[in-house]
Amino acid sequence: MSRQETDSSRRQFLGQAAAAGLLIAPGVMLYKVAQARTPEMPASAINRWGMLIDTNKCATGCSDCVSACQTENGWGGKNSNEKHSAITQKAQWIRKVKLTDKLSGYVQSLPLMCQHCESPPCVDVCPTGASMKRADGLVLVDKHICIGCRYCMMACPYKARSFVHETLTGQKPYAPRGKGTVEACTMCVQRVDTGRTPACVEACSGEGHKAMYFGDLKDPASEISKRLKKYGGSEIRSDLDLNTGVRYQGL
Amino acid sequence: MKTLTYKVIDGNSKGYLALLAILGLFVLAGAVAFFYMEHNGHWVTGMNDQVVWGIPHVFAVFLIVSASGALNVASISSVFNRKVYKPLAPLSAVLAITLLLGGLTILVLDLGRPDRLIVAMTKYNFKSIFAWNMLLYNGFLAIVGVYLWFMLERKMNQYSRYAGFAAFFWRLILTTGTGAIFGFLVSRQAYDVAIMAPMFIIMSFAYGLAIFNIVTIASYSWTNRQLGDVIFERLRKLLGIFIGAVFYFVTVYHLTKLYATKHHGVENFILLHGGVYTDLFWLGQVVIGMLIPAILVFHPALAKSRRALVTASALVIVGGISQMYVTIIGGQAYPMVMFPGKIVESSFFDGGIKSYIPSLPEFALAFGGFALSLIMVALAIKILRLLPESLSDAEIAPHHKA
Repeated sequence: MSRQETDSSRRQFLGQAAAAGLLIAPGVMLYKVAQARTPEMPASAINRWGMLIDTNKCATGCSDCVSACQTENGWGGKNSNEKHSAITQKAQWIRKVKLTDKLSGYVQSLPLMCQHCESPPCVDVCPTGASMKRADGLVLVDKHICIGCRYCMMACPYKARSFVHETLTGQKPYAPRGKGTVEACTMCVQRVDTGRTPACVEACSGEGHKAMYFGDLKDPASEISKRLKKYGGSEIRSDLDLNTGVRYQGL
Repeated sequence: MKTLTYKVIDGNSKGYLALLAILGLFVLAGAVAFFYMEHNGHWVTGMNDQVVWGIPHVFAVFLIVSASGALNVASISSVFNRKVYKPLAPLSAVLAITLLLGGLTILVLDLGRPDRLIVAMTKYNFKSIFAWNMLLYNGFLAIVGVYLWFMLERKMNQYSRYAGFAAFFWRLILTTGTGAIFGFLVSRQAYDVAIMAPMFIIMSFAYGLAIFNIVTIASYSWTNRQLGDVIFERLRKLLGIFIGAVFYFVTVYHLTKLYATKHHGVENFILLHGGVYTDLFWLGQVVIGMLIPAILVFHPALAKSRRALVTASALVIVGGISQMYVTIIGGQAYPMVMFPGKIVESSFFDGGIKSYIPSLPEFALAFGGFALSLIMVALAIKILRLLPESLSDAEIAPHHKA
């Protein structure tokens, strides 16, 4: 191949690469902008927030994720503002579950909370639309239009929701809670919307357990997506085909 | 059939006033219970995050289902053109309306935010069966109201048959909707089965007729009006047939569940080792609600006994409330199976049988709603000309041999 020919093919390649770059660049740009959206921008279907829980790393007896959620969102704990409610009536946005295999006796531990389903039964049954799913996959309760019928609690396959049985005081301004309405894990929407990680995930990493990962399931470059692709992950009650946003490894 | 004279009851007797007073006290107690629960929040009840629907829902669903069944007599006269039932059709329609209102009152007053009822009326999620039911219940009240008007207003009598048809179809859809509240719930072991919708329809036939029988026999006996054997025999046999139909549906429901291994746990709970739920199923729903009433209804020696039919009807009501308790509370008490093959433990009572101890305010609200239905009927027969002065055999079927 002569030098002239080489230069020509190089120029051709560079030209094609530049054209391809021009074509791809806007997409990349859009993607990056969406990842770091400002609080004023609405939630968008470009993201799907999710969580991955590695049950092999989740320590039995550790409840740091639960304590972190309590502190962040202002429920339960030693200073619970549910003073009158019985233990069966107190809210639990996230809880630790211990599983013992009936055949082998193998013990596992995992945190369980709202699974942020793509097709949430709670949203289906809610008469007023108070139970709703945001475009980015977070399943929330609009406290302004919840009438407290508790049909969503009947419908949730994960028993993830709680009903507020009494008048509360001292709520966190970003995590509204009120008597007569239903509530559940919000995946710390107030943090996610400002580019932070949910409190439970942060606490789990902080303690060095690293059993919980948070991220964008639609971003192939996110750690959660990479881990799911490499190691897989299962849904609780996958028979219901709800396509949950929370996935588990080791189940 | 002769032309019947419809007449209001005098409503001045001590007995009538005492009845109003007793029912009024129950309504008052229900109102006090509502304000108490609303003021404090639901922590004063036995309901909790595991058993979210309690005694108020047991009675509310029972009354709503019965409302549809109370329309039986009117439907049979209008839709199936059985003239012998026609004289009692207006009472049947009134009872349907009042039972529904009583049930809905309980349901609404048990909401966490009853003050937001307007939200429920203005914001609809059309995929929600509750939202469908709000339209179905309001539609039922409207259609049966028009039907009643057509029956009572002589000029409109000719159209009552069409309104009767509309009411008949609407009530079938309505009870399908009520059964679907549970039947369409995929999450819980005791539900998630389509037979619940038709089963609720059949149950509505029995429960509604049982209440209708008691109201009718009491109204005639307490006002010294005649209720002949012809109409009595129809009501008696009809109740027997409905009890048989309920028995069939309950049997098929449990056989369906028993066949699949994954449901053995919940069936074992309800039928064998569920404590109060097992007792209520066998003793309440089956023995008191079906077997004894069936004997009372079909035993030849009791064929003419008004007391036997009233007792049978009362037992069907007790059985119906037991059934609702087993279905609604039992269905929640049994844990959801999230991790098959595992023993599940948590601070949120996963894996175990959930506890529920009904509280006094819940009972007060529930009985208050039931009493509200009955007080409305008692007032209606004093205000509206609903009841023929006599339903003796000579009046309604001179050629019929009972």
